[in-house]
Amino acid sequence: MSSSSAALATAGTAPRVPLTKKALTADHPTWCPGCGDFAVLASYYRVLEKLQYPHENIVTLAGIGCSSRFPYFVNTHGVHYIHGRSLPFAAGVSLGRDDVHVFVFGGDGDGFSIGGNHLVHTGRKNVNLTYVIMDNFVYGLTKKQTSPTSPIGFKSKTDPTGSIDQPINPMQTLVNSGATFVARSHAGQVNHMTEMMERAARHEGFSVVEILSECVEFYEGAFDAAVPRKGGQFRTIELRKNDGTPEDALRHDPSDEVAAFRLASEPWPGVFGVFYESNRPTKNKLEAGLIAKAREKTKSASDLEVLQATFRRMR
Amino acid sequence: MVLPATTPTPGASPESAKERRAVNDVVIRLAGNSQDGIQTIGGFLARLAGRSDQEVMTYMTIPSTISGGPSIFQVRMGNGDILSSGDQADVLVAFYQHSYESHINSLRPGGVLIYDSDHVAPNPEDRRFRAIGIPITGATVEAVGGSSKDKGKNLFVLGLLARIFSLDVAKIGGLISERFGGKSEDIVRNAMLAFDAGYATPADNLHDCLYQFEAPAVSGGRPQITTDGNLALTYGLIAAGVRHGAGYPITPWTTVMETLRSELGKYGGIFVQAEDELAAAGYALGFAYSGHLAVTGSSGPGLSLKMEALGWAVMAEMPLIVINVQRGGPSTGLPTNVEQSDLMQAIYGSHGDAPRVVLAPKDVEDCFYVALEAGRIARKYSTPVLILTDQALATRIEAFDEPDLAKLMVDPKPDLSPRGADFEPYPLDKITRHAPPGASIATGKYPSVSGLEHDELGHPTGNPALHMKMTAKRREKIKALGASLPVPEVFGDPEGDVLIVGWGSTWGPIREAVGQLRAVGTRVGQIHLRNLHPLPPSLEEIFARFKKVLVVEMNDEGLYGFGQLATLLRARYSLPSIGSLTKTDGLTFRISEIVNGVLQRLGRAGTDGGYAKPSRI
Ligand SMILES: Cc1ncc(C[n+]2csc(CCOP(=O)(O)OP(=O)(O)O)c2C)c(N)n1
Ligand code: SF4
Ligand SMILES: [Mg+2]
Repeated sequence: MSSSSAALATAGTAPRVPLTKKALTADHPTWCPGCGDFAVLASYYRVLEKLQYPHENIVTLAGIGCSSRFPYFVNTHGVHYIHGRSLPFAAGVSLGRDDVHVFVFGGDGDGFSIGGNHLVHTGRKNVNLTYVIMDNFVYGLTKKQTSPTSPIGFKSKTDPTGSIDQPINPMQTLVNSGATFVARSHAGQVNHMTEMMERAARHEGFSVVEILSECVEFYEGAFDAAVPRKGGQFRTIELRKNDGTPEDALRHDPSDEVAAFRLASEPWPGVFGVFYESNRPTKNKLEAGLIAKAREKTKSASDLEVLQATFRRMR
Repeated sequence: MVLPATTPTPGASPESAKERRAVNDVVIRLAGNSQDGIQTIGGFLARLAGRSDQEVMTYMTIPSTISGGPSIFQVRMGNGDILSSGDQADVLVAFYQHSYESHINSLRPGGVLIYDSDHVAPNPEDRRFRAIGIPITGATVEAVGGSSKDKGKNLFVLGLLARIFSLDVAKIGGLISERFGGKSEDIVRNAMLAFDAGYATPADNLHDCLYQFEAPAVSGGRPQITTDGNLALTYGLIAAGVRHGAGYPITPWTTVMETLRSELGKYGGIFVQAEDELAAAGYALGFAYSGHLAVTGSSGPGLSLKMEALGWAVMAEMPLIVINVQRGGPSTGLPTNVEQSDLMQAIYGSHGDAPRVVLAPKDVEDCFYVALEAGRIARKYSTPVLILTDQALATRIEAFDEPDLAKLMVDPKPDLSPRGADFEPYPLDKITRHAPPGASIATGKYPSVSGLEHDELGHPTGNPALHMKMTAKRREKIKALGASLPVPEVFGDPEGDVLIVGWGSTWGPIREAVGQLRAVGTRVGQIHLRNLHPLPPSLEEIFARFKKVLVVEMNDEGLYGFGQLATLLRARYSLPSIGSLTKTDGLTFRISEIVNGVLQRLGRAGTDGGYAKPSRI
């Protein structure tokens, strides 16, 4: 998500106190003990500690869900908006203020179901912000209904005999959306997750990380297949180094959409890492270009002069 | 058209031998198809009137089909206060047989029918009008020549009208080259060829139908501008400091967003075409949260989609301007007709107890000023403010004094100043002032802006006592606004038989109706509510001075016999004297409909418009 101003950790004259986890901690999370979301929060603190953005320029937003309680647990400017609609709001913040760093958190229902269309359109527009989807394959807050990522056969309160609808494939959906950074991680892999979130934050454009984050209350063990200590496998994507070696050709080229799609169809539990990354111009840049052009035409006249000229034409 | 008899007015006409009759104001209805450019010449006439310091008002219907279909443009221009676009036309220009047939009955008996004799065969038996047949199509083709076929008929007709009404040809020429000048020279030349041909129509063919507008009263100094309601509103928003917004296309709101999209860049702002109306509300709230005065808007169904976001805006106490250009509903309804049936939705739509502000402009000029007022209220009370305009205002063109922008324009910068240690986003005893991102907080504790019920710092709470207090906080600030509003002025009789209460675009027709009713001995007053929620103070005292209070509005009488505002006023003031006059034909009120409605309720026979009728052509 990082914009050109992103690196300006030392804006202003007075030396800033470094941003620490302590300064970032807010209300104690209300999540169930053992919920995967705690680890995502811990990673977010670490990312912000690394990036050292000016404290007041960080915005943490969310929709509605267990995961979407996030903003209350982080001491930054925060917004708790409505279910599934956090992206357009966050996009407004991003487009309205090029000096702030916008982070959005939410669940799988919030992002892929009720907010599914916003995901696609925020991707299409490539608005400069970072979006973290805490995917637990279930509706946590409303206590165990089928989510758009629940696998077929998952027994929920809305599918007591097992879910029958095909789940969406998050990585394919995201690559398709036009998002310019798409990655996948697991809440049990804090270093990997932190790395993915940091890369997303440093990316200029709409960057999305799906994090498998277990709901211990309603879908325990959902991601065991990716947890080595439970006999699973955490396979990561090796990215192309462009070092000219023959083995490099086997590594993943993240600018290759088709390859990203292919990786996304690996059988469960799939692979983790950066699936896709490109540097298509952001809406922020494109709009700034339109403004610059319009200003050039008006020869940077003041707002009053521009409006007065418009009214003269209506005489 | 008000005629002081047939006074000859010498000079100023191309055939000074002919006598021109003086007219005060005139209603011209142009009836054809939408591709004939009727709106274009209607617009020229309106702007000409504006530039000549005359009053003007227009009325337009556009087919909802994408291209083609019957279309009319009615322009009333003249001197004195032009309050409505006129019940009946003095002049009807019929391009086609269907135009003739559909509109001949809206021509006043004794009026002038101008028809294209290449397409229209009027009923020879019908002797109510003075009929002038001109081969408009043939003459245009002849004048322009070549491949353009009958394109330019509209300008031919404009020339004809210029001749008939002795309009200022130089000014019209100026308007034509301004309008088409950006395109090729050919286009301007062809337009002028068609115009000149119409203007040169031999006087004999026009019989004795030649008129001259009385000289306008000396103008008040400020130049007049001529524009429609949607544009007036759009530029009002810009003057109010709006630099950011989002929307989704829907008629008749669309031209507001199109104009904002192309204009805001000049002011360093952004207007986003969102994926839907709820997303648009989200973008606008994101802009608002980040410190800007922002707007979103729509028409009927789109406003419904925004409702969840509106509930959040009330809870989070976010300043926001929401436009609703009303049209006929429910659902897709009558998308290109007018209705005032979204009042309840505007005031009570959304969920929970969600008090917000609702305003309605009374005419095109007020569309500009109401936007400024909405911006002022949104900022001062940190609240969403809805503006209810309608399809009639959106497309109607009026002339008014150019606003004094140097005095009115608002500086829109976000306030990023550091906030002190006492900062709270939701203080119980004060109006919320949000700290946008970028503003540092002395305590180092950053605020959450929340849709959950929250405490003073924005932290969620389920505490019932706090919910009651915060509910009261959100209510009381809106009540404080209500108490600060000016008492509405009563026009006409200050007490008497009937007080007509209106809101929105019905202001003009109601005011004319009041004039006519008083002329036949009824004691009638009018108040027009710009502030619909909260209501202004002292209404009960005003209501008490009249035997009856009649609320005139363009919506349905509902299950209990009262229109939407009437229902609210009855609930608010518990007065049995409050009655309701409604209609749902998708058209603006005719003056006669209001006059007859009032007379009927007074137990006096309504007339078919024969009372106090001004003399016409
Ligand atoms: C408009 C609307 N519809 C439904 C809800 C109820 N609701 C709240 S959260 C939620 C789903 C939560 O699931 P998810 O987004 O996956 O988040 P999780 O709780 O699993 O983290 C639902 C259906 C709501 N708040 N608003
Ligand atoms: S219900 Fe599930 S998702 Fe919600 S807090 Fe508990 S464990 Fe986490
Ligand atoms: Mg979930």
